[in-house]
Amino acid sequence: MSGHHQTLTLLLFCAVVALTLAITSWAGGRRRRSAEEFYAGGRLFSPVENGFALTGDYLSAASFLGVCGLIALYGYDGMLYSVGFLVAWLVVLLLVAELVRNCGRFTLADVVAARVRERPVRLALGLASVTVSVLYLVAQMVGAGSLVTLLLGEAGGAAHTWTVLGVGALMVCYVTWGGMRATTWIQIVKTVLLLGGALTLTVLVLLRFGGDLGALLTAAARNSGHGTQFLAPGLRYGGEGWASRLDFVSLGLALVLGTAGLPHILARFFTVPTARAARRSVVWAVGLVGAFYLMTIVLGAGAAALVGTGTVRGASPSGNTAVPLLSVELGGGAGSVGGAGLAALVAAVAFATILAVVSGLTLAASAAVAHDVFAALTGPRRKTSPSPGRTAEAAGAAKPGKGRRGSEVTVARGAAVAIGAVAIGLSLPARDQNVAFLVGLAFAVAASANLPVLLYALFWRRFTTRGAVCAVYGGLLPAVALVVLSPVVSGTPRSFLPGLDFAYFPLENPGLVSIPLGFLAGWLGTVLSRERADPGRHAETEVRSLTGAGAV
Amino acid sequence: MRLDDHWYDAAPAASSPAVPPQAPHPSPASQPSAVPPQHPPVPPSPHDAYLSVQRSAAFQQVRSRYRRFVLPAGAAFLLWYLAYVVCAVSAPGLMARPVAGVLNVAMVAGLAQFATTFLLTWLYARHARLRRDGIALELRWATQEMTRGTGAAAITVGRDAR
Repeated sequence: MSGHHQTLTLLLFCAVVALTLAITSWAGGRRRRSAEEFYAGGRLFSPVENGFALTGDYLSAASFLGVCGLIALYGYDGMLYSVGFLVAWLVVLLLVAELVRNCGRFTLADVVAARVRERPVRLALGLASVTVSVLYLVAQMVGAGSLVTLLLGEAGGAAHTWTVLGVGALMVCYVTWGGMRATTWIQIVKTVLLLGGALTLTVLVLLRFGGDLGALLTAAARNSGHGTQFLAPGLRYGGEGWASRLDFVSLGLALVLGTAGLPHILARFFTVPTARAARRSVVWAVGLVGAFYLMTIVLGAGAAALVGTGTVRGASPSGNTAVPLLSVELGGGAGSVGGAGLAALVAAVAFATILAVVSGLTLAASAAVAHDVFAALTGPRRKTSPSPGRTAEAAGAAKPGKGRRGSEVTVARGAAVAIGAVAIGLSLPARDQNVAFLVGLAFAVAASANLPVLLYALFWRRFTTRGAVCAVYGGLLPAVALVVLSPVVSGTPRSFLPGLDFAYFPLENPGLVSIPLGFLAGWLGTVLSRERADPGRHAETEVRSLTGAGAV
Repeated sequence: MRLDDHWYDAAPAASSPAVPPQAPHPSPASQPSAVPPQHPPVPPSPHDAYLSVQRSAAFQQVRSRYRRFVLPAGAAFLLWYLAYVVCAVSAPGLMARPVAGVLNVAMVAGLAQFATTFLLTWLYARHARLRRDGIALELRWATQEMTRGTGAAAITVGRDAR
């Protein structure tokens, strides 16, 4: 890659950083101390704005570069990801968005804690949410490091280290200064940039083929070196026996059920005023995410057709460079001004995507620490039976005065700094590791630990405290343990510990086992608990979730 | 922080299957003819208000409409997606069968997943808007009035003040 190209890319990166910092300082100038402002951005975003922000939180650089690259390399098997990532939104729309908006305040734990004893459940859900967010965060930051080294065309560890440090510092700045308001606007800007970039490239690809999708797919199949096999499943998940096939089923299940348990997605529903607005923002998100993943199919096939699968694989075995290479080709070929310009634009869009996603994750993790874990550890102890007058607001009512709320925001700010430090600390040594599985793992933990407890709390009359605690730990611990025992950690040359072999579980993604275990543990815990569910609190959750009565 | 009596009277009266008379405490207070309920009979807990709303015909209708749409639709799309993934990894031969031009069964199924997702999203939003939103909103005001008449009043006011 040329020097011109590098300078232009760096300039655009600086523009992205300047723009996001400007948004942060504008948003941070407003009422800083209120929890409503920090966690929920004032709750007055419109459905369109929140739809764009949801899309921004959801579409990571892994989707843009990774999924397009997988399609360019493996054809149809890459497209399976696109389908899974979109279908997941139906779970969010049908079962979660409106009800969570109606019952919750800031986090997932608010919804569950309204029905059961608060402290243990808050602690469990806070820990699970932090785990999900940090796993996802490390995946994004390591990805960011490799991406920037790749896009700047520089080899060596220094660029990677500085990128991880820089991205970490920026995300902490956005969250501590700007809270949810800044994070939301950064997501919106990022979504516009990302969809604009993807649309431009898609139109250019289609123009090359005269708008004929059939010709595009035929050329992709021809230049992939696989022929018509490229357009059918089997290139990636077909050959290696049943384990790799089951592994994909497991990943697919985790993607579809995990989205509805991702803390940074759920937090978005509290930024709009009503459940109707939450529903309409999900409808927007489905449209935008669906359009984006349809474009990834065109871009992946375009990269295979115009660049060639062999060239893509030669540049990066994971396929992450497929879109940058495609943009060089579309701009006029290597060495041309147009090619360099378009590639620099794509790099800047990818960089904006990374910054936006990590800021959303940091905010969600800091909310889980301050609002759930810290509150559970320091809050006043309460008896089992709900006293009259306690509602979902018990948490708020039990902490009197503004001072407490203000101090919680201070804790959340400190937590954001700590999360940033932890994420940097985990990401730097993982530089040479293949961390792509971490995204799948984050979804699997969200689906195993967060979703069962949420659905039980919303829909099951007899659900008890013990059931809730069992559901969270019964999903979280197996998910983590199965990964430790999987080929990801040991047993193969690509593992973290290639020298050891304790890989007793054959799948890389634990979802297929840990998600049913989460549901089972919640059921068992409820059935075996001595305590009976309180019909009054169940009535309250049910009435509030479906009508919006008493929603904040 | 009490709303105008307008809501108090109009909300239950407007919805035909409003809160039924067997509701324990709030029903005497919700009679339009009653004097402005400055001091409603002191009920033991706001949960009683929620319990009586939960038993009301209007709420049962909202809940059954919601569940009757969501549970079959959710089960159907989950099965359809799982069938798609399982077919893709276990029956590549079937999926590779050509349909028309470059399109094979796999491509058609994948695009159909996109299409059904968009369709179900639209159907759900439409169903919620036409069949649920109206009753739910009336129930919301009615419920909030009822819980305000009970021990939840302090909490509700506290929340509004924040």
